[in-house]
Amino acid sequence: MSKPETRLIDENGLRVDGRRLDELRPIKLEVGTLDKADGSAYIEQGKNRIIAAVYGPREAHPKHIALADRAVIRCRYHMAPFSVEERKSPAPSRRELELSKVIREALETSIVSELYPRTSIDIFIEVLQSDGGSRCAGITAASLALADAGVPLREIVAACAATKIEGKIALDPSDIEDKMGEADLPVAFMPKSNAVTLIQMDGSLTEAEFNQALDLAIGACRKINELQIEALKRKYVAVREQAEESREVAT
Amino acid sequence: MSSTPQLPPIAKIEQRTIVDLIARGRRIDERSPTDYRELKIETGLVQKANGSALVHLGKTKVMTGIKVELGEPFPDTPDQGVLTVNAELVPLASPSFEPGPPSEGAIELARVVDRGLRESKAIPLEKLCMEPGKKVIIVFVDVYVLDHDGNLIDASAMSALSALLTSKMRRFEVEGGEVHMKDELVPFQMQNEPVAVTVAKIDGNMVLDPCLEEELVVSSRLTVTSDRDGNVVAMQKGGMGPFTDQEIRQAVKIAIDKGREIREIIRGATGQG
Repeated sequence: MSKPETRLIDENGLRVDGRRLDELRPIKLEVGTLDKADGSAYIEQGKNRIIAAVYGPREAHPKHIALADRAVIRCRYHMAPFSVEERKSPAPSRRELELSKVIREALETSIVSELYPRTSIDIFIEVLQSDGGSRCAGITAASLALADAGVPLREIVAACAATKIEGKIALDPSDIEDKMGEADLPVAFMPKSNAVTLIQMDGSLTEAEFNQALDLAIGACRKINELQIEALKRKYVAVREQAEESREVAT
Repeated sequence: MSSTPQLPPIAKIEQRTIVDLIARGRRIDERSPTDYRELKIETGLVQKANGSALVHLGKTKVMTGIKVELGEPFPDTPDQGVLTVNAELVPLASPSFEPGPPSEGAIELARVVDRGLRESKAIPLEKLCMEPGKKVIIVFVDVYVLDHDGNLIDASAMSALSALLTSKMRRFEVEGGEVHMKDELVPFQMQNEPVAVTVAKIDGNMVLDPCLEEELVVSSRLTVTSDRDGNVVAMQKGGMGPFTDQEIRQAVKIAIDKGREIREIIRGATGQG
């Protein structure tokens, strides 16, 4: 991480995109974006544009991957070739393989997979446009897709990263802050259970800075969790209204 | 695609013994929760490499070889050398390792070791540039797991660092755009010593350096890599279980403290004073 040439914080203490240090980028969530998937969700967070889809619980294929006491959770985090500045090869990179693993683990903690032995629950995350914090936005969307698919969850998982820019701890790094920042701390969290289900870090933080960044990320996860629940309600209120309307027409 | 792993079977009675012992602050091999197994570091075993180290952590054995080559820099860092970390889970090391392309476990292992070295700026990459944008030195760090008895991340990070600290390369001079390779061998001028410490959670209790049997009952692990100033430079959580935020803060504290102890052992074994 190189020394910043452009200032990431201006004289008013505002960031490149005009945010305060503890401010999230605008988030838009939509549940049930796709027709064929059992559950799906779409997220915009800053310039991130990500779709998540869930298939299952369904028969595990190939059969030998099935587990006798629980569902197998499978997860693929993938970036579209056009999602970044320079075209990315569609073949999965080492980064994508690592993220697929940690995202699976982050979501698996929330899934009551013991209810569906010998099945698989497949989670697909496609990054259509990537900004900073795409793994976190992907988790936020994928957890909604799981809920939309009717998979029993202990809680919905929300995720957000914290960073250090020009020596100050800040929330939800954008692309340029991710590249020029001095640290990146993505966190996935379930608020009611006080459970961190994903945490990674790179950069350099003192112990005090780390604790401050962790607090900031967890606080943001609580906010995002509320947005997730609203988004779910929005879809299912619309579904109920539709059902009531059609009943009225029928009678 | 990443799938829920199929863990090797472990007898219920053994599982219960491990968990019960840890609940009482004890371990199956008589260690305390924060003890590491015996650590032995040998260096310079492979003469054809620029540097090498074999770490024995209890029965776990990890060898790292360092190779240096000339090549092109990355376009976004034209004036820096290149660091490449790879890890091989060699099939002879465990019945669960298979030949073939690297598993997600091997990729994660390599990337966690890489992050510690890169973020602590342990290798002075800016000194490994010969001709900006054209010719730089590429440092290959190949981590070779030879015997898997648990805690591969910590052992691999120790082995990579020990190998780098004892590596030598041919000195070069740049004069008027010309690169001259000298016959003299000089050490890498390492600038930091990142140490990874993994805290494992077993039935709500935290232990360090789990052996393989303990790893089979670990619900989650948190690796914290700290540098010589006690700063956190890399972290990675693994496993399907959660951590509370208090547990994470406690783990960071434990890892920074333990990291200091291990750094001293590595410095001693590699002749760093």
